[in-house]
This record gives sequence, structure tokens and C-alpha cells, in this order.
Amino acid sequence: MNRHLLSAGDLSREDALKILDTAEQMATVGDREVKKLPTLRGRTVVNLFYEDSTRTRTSFEVAAKRLSADVINFSAKGSSVSKGESLKDTALTLHAMGADAVVIRHAASGAPHRLTQWLDAVVVNAGDGTHEHPTQALLDAFTMRQRLGRDLDGAKVAIVGDILHSRVARSNVQLLHTLGAHVTLVAPPTLLPRDMQTWPAQVSYDLDAALGDVDVCMMLRVQAERMTASYFPTVREYSRRYGLDGRRLALMPKEAIVMHPGPMVRGMEIAGEVADSSRATIVEQVRNGVSVRMAVLYLLLTQDSTGQGTA
Amino acid sequence: MDTRVPETGVQRPVRKILDAPALSRVIDRIAHQILEKTDGGTNTVLLGIPTRGTFLARRLASRIKAFSGLAIGTGVLDITLYRDDLRMRGARALEPTEMPDGGIDNKRVILIDDVLFSGRSVRAAFDALADLGRPRAVQLAVIVDRGHREFPIRADYVGKNLPTARAETVKVQLAEVDDVDGVILVPAESTPTPLDGESV
Repeated sequence: MNRHLLSAGDLSREDALKILDTAEQMATVGDREVKKLPTLRGRTVVNLFYEDSTRTRTSFEVAAKRLSADVINFSAKGSSVSKGESLKDTALTLHAMGADAVVIRHAASGAPHRLTQWLDAVVVNAGDGTHEHPTQALLDAFTMRQRLGRDLDGAKVAIVGDILHSRVARSNVQLLHTLGAHVTLVAPPTLLPRDMQTWPAQVSYDLDAALGDVDVCMMLRVQAERMTASYFPTVREYSRRYGLDGRRLALMPKEAIVMHPGPMVRGMEIAGEVADSSRATIVEQVRNGVSVRMAVLYLLLTQDSTGQGTA
Repeated sequence: MDTRVPETGVQRPVRKILDAPALSRVIDRIAHQILEKTDGGTNTVLLGIPTRGTFLARRLASRIKAFSGLAIGTGVLDITLYRDDLRMRGARALEPTEMPDGGIDNKRVILIDDVLFSGRSVRAAFDALADLGRPRAVQLAVIVDRGHREFPIRADYVGKNLPTARAETVKVQLAEVDDVDGVILVPAESTPTPLDGESV
């Protein structure tokens, strides 16, 4: 396993399965009376968040604390970053403070990779621009495995919505491909990246047609905050063509599940009745996020510097 | 016995300590001792420490059942996340921890492991137990006690006391994982590494 977790594409099938299996054991800690393990006692995990996030930051914080690590939350607002400090200087500060792991979210794609050049610490990418969000892909795979009750070889997954701006989609496509699933991306042509043909996934513009034969339908939010141009005529039209409502849910096979990485916009990409149905895994995804991040922190922080674990 | 490590060139062969029938007699004896020392196994559960302790606990439970008819509770206690050598030896795969029906509160818990060496695994098991409940008493059963303790820990039930050199490795083999039953002593590698061994 690599020393850092920067991209879902860096994970071999063996690495990915090890993380998912470890997460399964970590999940049992959440059911215990003492929800704490001494494993990372004396290690320091820094949450370095340059973009707003509640879910991911809290999830990493809970994960690190359940393993007894000390957690320092460092957000751009209210820190020296708002006074103009560069990423490099912040990194050197963290280095001087002796951080063992840095969990970074940044608006610039590639920022976590840059950070590894300035720090001794293990770096975990918690979302960089429109590039990658590997722990989200891992928790999605974990949730699929749990719900489908089997490994993902041959599983059919549709990822629907704003693929262009989605680091979740990019990480998911790579990890799902590694795990042997078949991915279909469904979006209007304007919301698909240009290098689409290099992705190990199929593309469809027609959601109704794609839904007939899926095990998983993953809905993505339209990231208006990253949009500098107009990608579709109106919200209403987008919703009619690419939103998942009750009628479309009925088109899916009975056992198929609906996922959403959150935050979701009810009434746009997903109807309230679908989000609240028993086939939606949105709350489970959040719960599983803690277990998966515990597994990632445990595996990265206990391997020696050559990237060798004994497991 | 000779516990010296050979200089160079001379590689001592793997030595068989117990064959399959002998191991099975050892397990039978420990099962009898457990029944004797625990008042017929009342209020007692067996917790195996993975990997081999898990299977040993099941075998002991089935022998106890055969001898006394008592279905003693068994479980699995994975201690990986409580080890004190994680930073030195790296991440290990986790095994499920399974509590026996009725839990461990106020029970006599007998920890089952294959080899007792430094005592560090048992120390980690104490920490793990404390997070899972409050047993009335904790005992320890091992197939082989090979000495070299680094903690004030002793076993209540010992299959065989085996003097060893630190650099040697003792392996308890079980058909469930190793295809054969037995105990072997593997000689030191050409460069002995003190404090290191397969079973800690």
C-alpha cells in the first residue's frame, strides 16, 4: 500500500479489499459500549480543511478519536490562511508541530499531492477540487458490498448527474473498476468531462434506459458553486431529465439501491420520496464513512515508512 | 537441551515437539483441567486469540462437551488493535471479535492462545477485555509455554513447557489452518533477531 492516500486509482484490488475488510471490523466498535480503541494513542491527526465540509471533517474527526489519536481541526476560515498564508507555510507549521497524518480538503486539484513533498506526515486526500475523493469512493464501495451482500465483481452501477465537477465520480469510477464493477455514467453531454473515453466506464445520456438493469444508482449533486457557465437550460428541465423520482425508482430492479454522497438537493437530482425510501442508503453511507476512515487511518499510520504492513 | 544458536553454515533441522496424537492428548488434558479447576465449567467461557487460539477454543469446547456434556460458551478476541508493537511491525489484518452468548460480564474468562512467549499478546488481551466488559476472573490456557517472558504473566493451563532460544520459533499447527496437527520448533535463521518470533 502507498504511504499516502491521494487517489482511488493508486489502490490495488488487494489494498482496496484490505481497507474494506478492516472497515468491517472497525464497524463493530461503533456497537460497543466503549467506542474507543487505543490503537493510535499518541499520534496526531490534523484536519486541514480549505473548503467547507461538515460530513467529511466530522467523519474523519470521529474516526481518529475512536482510535485514540489527538485531533487538531484546522480550517481556512479563522486561521492564518485567511491572513494570506500559503499552503507551503501552513504545511511547514504542521510539520514543526509533529503531525503524524494530515487530512486535507482543498479547492485546488493536486493540493494533497503537493503537500506530500513538504511533509513527513501521511497525507489523506479528503477531496481536492474536481479531482478525487478516495475515502468517499471507499465508503460507497463498502456500502454497496454491505447492501448487495457480495463482492462487487460484475455489479452494475450507474452514476448520474454532474460528472464533470465531481471528484466523487472520478474516484468511484476508478475504485469500482478495480473491484470489478461495471460503471455507466449518465449525464447531459455538457456535464461530462472531455477525456471521457479514457475512463473505464460507459456513457449514456438517457437515464430511463440506464435504470432498467442496475444494482446501484448513485445520484450526484449539481455543483453550482463550481460552475462558471450555463450547463443546462433550467433546474426544472435538468430535474425532469436527470432527477431520480418515484417513477424512475419503479423502473429499477427491486433489489437495486439508491446512493447519494450528500449534500443532496431534494427536488432537483433526487425526489424527497426517493431519498426517504428504504432503498436509499444515504444515512448508512455517513455511518460507514466513519468505519472506512478508521480503517484508512489505522492502515496508513501503522505501516512503516517503506509502505510495508505485515498484514 | 541445547539452546545455543548455531554459528554459521550449520542449519539445524526443524524439530517435531508434538505429533498429532500427542497434541490431541494435550488438548484433552487441558479440557479436563479446566473442568476440574472451574467447578465443572460453571459460569465459564473460552475466548480464543486469533488465529490458532480461535480453533483451539472450539476444540476445547467440543472436548469439554464430550467429557461432561456441558456446552461451554466460546468466543474470539482479536487483540490486533491493542498491540504495543503496531508501530514497529506494521498494520495487520483484523479478525472479527465475537463475544459468547451472554457476554463476559461476571464470567470466568479463559483466554486461549497457542504459544506463550513474551506475554505481550496476553497483556494486549487484558486491555481488549476491559473495553468489552468486566469478567469476574481471567485465566490463561496455552498449548506451549516457551519462556522469555517480558511481563509478569503466567498461564493457568499449560500443554507443554518448552525451553527455547529467543531466536527460535515455535509453531503450533492445527488442521483447520495448517492442514496438519502438531507442534514444531523452527531453528533460528542465519541472522538471529532477538525479540522476534512468529508467536508472541
